[in-house]
Amino acid sequence: MVSTASRVAVAKTYKIYIDGKFPRTESGRYFPLQDKDGNVIANVCLSSRKDFRNSIVAARNAFAKWSAASAYLRGQILYRIAEMLEGRHEQFVDELVTQGISKRRAGAEVDACTDRLIYYAGWADKYQQIFSAVNPVSSSHFNFSVLEPTGVVAIIAPDDSGLLGLISNVMPAIVGGNTCVVLASESLPLCAVSFAEVLHASDVPGGVVNILTGHRKELTTQFASHMDVNAIVYTDADQDVGKGIQVEAAQNIKRVIARTNVKWESDASQNPYVIQETQETKTTWHPIGG
Amino acid sequence: MDSQTNKLAFELAFDEGWQYAPAPESTDHIRIDAQYELFIGGEFVVPQEGRYFPSINPATEEPLSKIALATAPDIDAAVAAARKAYDKWSKMKASERGKLVYRLARMLQERSREFATIESLDGGKPIRESRDIDIPLAAAHFFYYAGWADKLEYAFPGRTPKSLGVAAQVIPWNFPLLMLAWKIAPALACGNTVVLKPAETTPLTALKFAELVQDAGLPPGVVNIVTGAGETGSLLVNHPGVDKIAFTGSTEVGRIIQKAIAGTAKRYTLELGGKAANIIFADAAIDQAVEGIVNGIFFNQGHVCCAGSRLLVQESVADEVVQKLRDRMETLIIGDPLDKNTDIGAINSAEQLERIKSYLKIGEDEGAEMHQSSCPVPDRGYWCRPTIFTGVSQSNRIVQEEIFGPVLAVQTFRTLEEGLTKANNTPYGLSGGVWTDKGAKIFKMTQGVRAGVIWANTFNKFDPTSPFGGYKESGVGREGGLHGLGAYLSLESR
Repeated sequence: MVSTASRVAVAKTYKIYIDGKFPRTESGRYFPLQDKDGNVIANVCLSSRKDFRNSIVAARNAFAKWSAASAYLRGQILYRIAEMLEGRHEQFVDELVTQGISKRRAGAEVDACTDRLIYYAGWADKYQQIFSAVNPVSSSHFNFSVLEPTGVVAIIAPDDSGLLGLISNVMPAIVGGNTCVVLASESLPLCAVSFAEVLHASDVPGGVVNILTGHRKELTTQFASHMDVNAIVYTDADQDVGKGIQVEAAQNIKRVIARTNVKWESDASQNPYVIQETQETKTTWHPIGG
Repeated sequence: MDSQTNKLAFELAFDEGWQYAPAPESTDHIRIDAQYELFIGGEFVVPQEGRYFPSINPATEEPLSKIALATAPDIDAAVAAARKAYDKWSKMKASERGKLVYRLARMLQERSREFATIESLDGGKPIRESRDIDIPLAAAHFFYYAGWADKLEYAFPGRTPKSLGVAAQVIPWNFPLLMLAWKIAPALACGNTVVLKPAETTPLTALKFAELVQDAGLPPGVVNIVTGAGETGSLLVNHPGVDKIAFTGSTEVGRIIQKAIAGTAKRYTLELGGKAANIIFADAAIDQAVEGIVNGIFFNQGHVCCAGSRLLVQESVADEVVQKLRDRMETLIIGDPLDKNTDIGAINSAEQLERIKSYLKIGEDEGAEMHQSSCPVPDRGYWCRPTIFTGVSQSNRIVQEEIFGPVLAVQTFRTLEEGLTKANNTPYGLSGGVWTDKGAKIFKMTQGVRAGVIWANTFNKFDPTSPFGGYKESGVGREGGLHGLGAYLSLESR
């Protein structure tokens, strides 16, 4: 970005987000993001497999506390994210515009992001009531089924929806008590990094959401094969890549969740069944007696 | 060990003074044909390659019947029959479909004695278990899911449920008819048609069930039964004409299936292995807990994916619990599965017995101390005495790996946190057990154990209304209850 006034604008260094901190990739690699005229907008971190492994360690360590947080608290934290995003509305619109999205569409996307956050914040203390059951077993036992988070979720966020696509996939995972590692859009990566700052300012504990930027070709196999990942979400892989993901995922029987051909701007893409996809049903029995 | 528990052991020496007269279930009321064909399109048809394999009675090593071996052209025919039937079955008025599934439940109840006897003959499980658990539960499953057929829209708020198509179902040998019911009942109620492959060592009750399907008047092709071993199962799972896979078996095979169907649109549920911890606190009702441990690991010879195969006992009561467990083990009767006094029947196959024996050797080689009951075992057949290992450590293979036999690994813990950490130190997450008299501790533990089914102050209980299935490498999806419906439906937005 060239400054026209006498003052030189301060450009931002885009880093990644692991364990509540903003490191550069340990690999020291980058890829330049250019505007349509070929000007360099930013040097984006080209995250490595080691960055991914570090993120998984952070996500696993954060899981016990986050999954045990009350539904009310998780709901409030998601609501807080929405508040923080709303306050930075113009920054995100500008960033989307910088990446080649029209001002009108950018404004609509950021609005939709805030609304999606509010939507999932509201589910925090409700989805359990929709999906739980007291089961009328015929023996003398009290028996009930509840949802519990699947664990660490690896998410390959949509490429064509840099902010809304990321939020639409991260929020249903964490509102249910999962922790996650996200690979941001490769072609629209900037908002993901700035969104990490929003998360950071919203009392989301470090490690609950970890955001990497980089090449999906390089990292998809890692996301799918890592043995301490419980579920893999992918959003725009073609059939061959999707096949490869499931083959790798089978190594530890990961839940494989394909969300392809979803229109993220549509209200139809948000529903509690998306939350349920990264939940496990636990059934508990206890005798009834004197 | 203190003197009091030693004295108890002496008093409970059952070997000499306590004999039961034989009480075998008669077999004159059952019919097993000399040879069984494949059940395809409502008819029993000869396998195209004309090959057969024996089904063996594991208690006598005698063949019970010759069973058709399904190969590729038979699988083609079965899937085609299911596809043809699907159109009509999925469009049939749901309440009418439900009535046919109800009919299966009732006919199974009517013939329950015959099914129970055949189950014990073919699989080796004690008649008390097949009579009181397997067959009644199987019938209950059909009865439960039959009623869902015309109520599915109430199960999924905001969604319109649609059937999937042809379900390929592959089931194990430990609960042959019950696993069939877990698979077929929800599939049919949701409007799918099925091709089911029973395990090669226990195909008989599935083939008898095919008779019920004929008698109940289900349209031809709605239920198809193909028999064979792993290769037949692989042909079925990989067949391009199936829309959904439901598999119960080992994690090893589950992994192969998840890989094999990658890149296809096939939906799948996998119910795989387990290595459940049964956790006994010092404040538990110890005698009840000992019964729970026995039920947890010796039920069905330990051929149970959710078996409590790891005992975690709080250190202060460890000696007492182990002594009482050894005393109780001594009283267990091993032998003729058809005898109503039998507690532990035959190991399902020679192959499985070899696998269990190899683990007994591994346990001893790893330095654990093995304790077996001294009960006599028959000369013929496949048998394994109830066995516990003490002095094991978390990294031992007998602690980490699923043995699928009457073999228990005993560990101790001091604090609740240590117990929980040890319980969760496994790639599996199917089930778990907790024994304590303190309510708050129960919930702390049942919430903390990462597994799909938790029994508190009880173990190995099952019910059609109760969802079953695992976390982590124990599988994907749930069977049973309202949650089990989701496995056989696609949910479309309204």
